[in-house]
Order: sequence, then structure tokens, then C-alpha cells
Amino acid sequence: MMAFLQSGPVQTALLLSAAAGLLCGALGVFTVLRGQAFAGHALSDVSSAGGAGALLFGISPLLGFLLFGIAGVAGLELLQPRRAAGRDEAAGILLGAGLGVTALLLHFCLTGHGASGAAQAVMFGAMFSAPPGTALWASGLAGLCLLGLVLIARPLLLATLDAELALVAKLPVRALGFAFLALLALGVTLAAMTIGAILATALLIGPAASALRLAGSPLRAVLLSMGLGLAACWGGVVLAYVSYGWIPGRTWPVSFFIVALLFLFHEAARWGRRA
Amino acid sequence: MDQPALEVTDLAVAHGGREVLRNISFALPRGSFCGLIGANGAGKTTLLRAILGLLPSSGRIQAGGRIGYVPQKISLEPDLPVRAKDFVALGLDGHKFGFALPSRTRRAAVAAALRAVEAEGFAEQRIGRLSGGQQQRVLIAHALVRQPELLLLDEPLANLDIKAAAEIVALLRRLCRERRMSVLLCAHDMNPLLPVMDRIVYVANGRAICGPVEKVVRTEVLSKLYGYHIDVIRVHGRVLVVAGNAGFEPEEEACCAECEAAHVTAIP
Repeated sequence: MMAFLQSGPVQTALLLSAAAGLLCGALGVFTVLRGQAFAGHALSDVSSAGGAGALLFGISPLLGFLLFGIAGVAGLELLQPRRAAGRDEAAGILLGAGLGVTALLLHFCLTGHGASGAAQAVMFGAMFSAPPGTALWASGLAGLCLLGLVLIARPLLLATLDAELALVAKLPVRALGFAFLALLALGVTLAAMTIGAILATALLIGPAASALRLAGSPLRAVLLSMGLGLAACWGGVVLAYVSYGWIPGRTWPVSFFIVALLFLFHEAARWGRRA
Repeated sequence: MDQPALEVTDLAVAHGGREVLRNISFALPRGSFCGLIGANGAGKTTLLRAILGLLPSSGRIQAGGRIGYVPQKISLEPDLPVRAKDFVALGLDGHKFGFALPSRTRRAAVAAALRAVEAEGFAEQRIGRLSGGQQQRVLIAHALVRQPELLLLDEPLANLDIKAAAEIVALLRRLCRERRMSVLLCAHDMNPLLPVMDRIVYVANGRAICGPVEKVVRTEVLSKLYGYHIDVIRVHGRVLVVAGNAGFEPEEEACCAECEAAHVTAIP
């Protein structure tokens, strides 16, 4: 137990995954209610290009992921069509473009440096090998994003339930949507760094979907979702640590455990609701 | 003489280069119950949205106080974790940024609004699981909680069965009397409102006339508004507005009495 907590990579993983799990848990509730899961997934895929670029040019992964995550928000806003049904289209175009750049940069990584783990790290996460400073920066950023979400939560909920009622209440509905998208980009960026760009959606949607099945009020849904996000992340880190030696000569990836726990939580929530 | 709850003067609304409404002028006295009546697509919702400031318009709109708004229908999934009282609370301070600390005054205001629409019984239930009539009550409470002086409702009876619609009309009439709040309710069928309406704003052909029901809902008045012959038929205290022969020029009274009789006998 002490060895677990004293290990540097474990501390980094616990901090980084807590930041991602708590923030994505809170953002996820609004993402599901607003029907923006696909936009969230597109943003995490775009941020993966930044992660690949960071590996190629040797800069901080946090910076790389963040730069492209923010560029993704700008892209979604620019591609934003007038009709609501075109939202998926914009997200799809952006997702394709982002993953295309990722493919290019990862290819350069493989052919240039011989860094064979690059694709694995970007797509499926590398929280144990993140630099310790990154985890601190990431938790600070997650804290700021949570504060930002608390600030806009009520107007955002009203605008989510009915945009017209929000307009009548003199709320800037479009600006609220943009602010949420920006927070969402930061959230999935942290998730992408933690469990990988491909799996970030699991951390965004999983806890929220389970919480929405169980919680009776908006506040309780957000708190429960944050709790489930944190539990899955820390549970995954613990399982990855103790799984060492389950199969001689093999280790188990932490991202697998986190996603598996999220899936189990969701099934439990489904059964809990029925009982 | 009080200042009117709402005064609209020479309002015009254009949509994509086309003038949807023009020359709209009417006034609602305080505490009056007014039906905004017209066929589907006549521009009732456009007029409501212009009054709310959601659409650019020319002319003058002057409201005496705070306006509450009840939208036609909001899409609510059954699993939405929003209870009736949460939704009403959003009417009270959903426009405010920052965290809402639980407070006694806040709870009391929400409870009072729920009581006013007789919704205490389902305050704790998720709104997506309520019946159409119950949802309508919660939407009205959402608008009432900030004590508006004028309540605008967009087709509140459209998705309700006859009994639920009558209950909502009775509820609105009571609120109108008790609070001296004015009600402007838009509907395509005026009949459920005939017993309660003090005045009517009838919208057709991009224009509107306003006045007491018996002065507005008449063959010659509506024919002039529509720009072609319209028959107003009264059967057992109910009113039917039907299109007449389009090529037929309405001459004054003699013609109308005849065709009114003809139409009444044509209806089984």
C-alpha cells in the first residue's frame, strides 16, 4: 500500500486522472443533456493531433493537447451551420481532419525517432509516464474549469432545457453554448491525456449517463457523475497497479480498467433503476 | 384610468423580406383576459415573439410591467433529472450566474408558484414524466414565479384533452382575477375561451383587430379583415369561422343574415 502511494508515476496518475474524472463527470451531464456527445468526441480526437505533435517536437504534452483542443473549438464554431441538424456534420468533418493530422504526425514520430509507443500513448493514454509537473498544471486547469462551470451552470441548464425560455430571460444563449464548448474542449483534452484520445468519450459520457439514470435533481446528477468519474479513474489506477504479475511478463493497461469500470457502473445503474 | 398592461402601436414584422404582420395596433387593459386568435400560420406566434423582443419589428410595444412567457411545448425526456420544483426555480433565478445557495425565500417563492397552479402534488416528480396538463401547469408556474403583470401563452391548450384544457382555462381566469394580471393567450380555436375572454385579438391576412368578442367575431368584420368572404356561424353558443365563396363580394347586412342561416342548416 505504502509502495503504491509512494511511487512517483502512481502519484502523477492519481492526480491527473482525478482532474480528468471530476471535470469530465461534471461536463458530461450537460453534454448528454445537450446532445453534444459527438462534438465532445470530435474535440478529443482533434486534441490528439496536438498530443502527437508534442511527442514529435518534444514539447509538453499538456500544451500540445490543449492547443489543438482549443483550435477544435474554433473549428466547430467556424463550421457551425445554421440548422441544428448540421451540428453532427460539423463535428464529423472536424473529427476527420483532426485524426488525419494525427495520422501524419504519428507517422513522422514512428519513422523519425523510432518511438514505437507514440500511437499507443496518444490514442490510449499514457498517464503513468506523464511528467509530474503536467499533473499539477492539469489539476489547476480542471479546478478553474469547474469554477467556470459552476458560474454558468444555471443559465446553461435553462438554455439546455429550452433555448427560447432562456432568450426570453435575456440570456446570451449563443455565447453560453460557446463557453460550454470551450470548457468541454479543456475537459476532453485532460481526458485524452489521461486515458487516450479515443477513449476520452468514455470518461465524458459514461459517468454522466449512469448518474442521469439514478439522480433525481440536476445538482445530484452532477455530483454523482463526478463521483463515478473519480471512482472509475482511481479504481483503474489501483487495478493496473495490482494487475502486475497476473500474467507473467505482461502488464495491463490502466485505460482498459477505467473503461471497464465505467461500463460496469453503467450496467449497475441500469439494474439499480429497474430494481 | 390605469396604464394598459400592453400597448402595441403600428407594429410590423418582416421575415425574409416578406411582411408577415403590418399595422398591428391594440391595447390590453390591466387584469384583462385576451385571446389571440387566428388560423395556424396566421402569425400569432410571430406576434408573441415580437412582443417578447425575440424578433426585430417596427412600431411601438409598451408593456406596463414584467412579462411572463409560457412556450407552447418544450421537449422533455422522461429521464431528465429535473423535478417540477427545479424547473420552477429556474424561472426564479435561472438567468443568474453563479451558484444558487439554498435559501428559505427561494424555496417559499417556488412553493407559492406551485401552489398557485395547484401543482404541489407533483412538485417532486420529474417533469418529463408528468401528463400534458401537469406540464402545462409547471410551465405556467415557471412564468408566474417572478410575479409578472402580463402573461403570454403560446397555444397552451394545443396538446391537451378537453377536460385538461378546461381546467387550464379556469386556472388562468382565476390567476387573472386574483392577481390583476393580464393574460394574452394564443389559440387557433376560440371556443374554449369564449366564456372567459374579455377581449379578442383576431389575426388574419397579416393584420389584426382587437375588441370585445361580440364586436370582432362578426361576418362583416372578419370578411373585411380576411379580404374575402367569411361566414361566422353560431351553433349552441359556439362559434365557427368558415371560408365563404371566394368570388362572392359580401354586401352589407342582408347578404350576411341569409348566408348565416344557410350555413347553419347545412351543418348536421
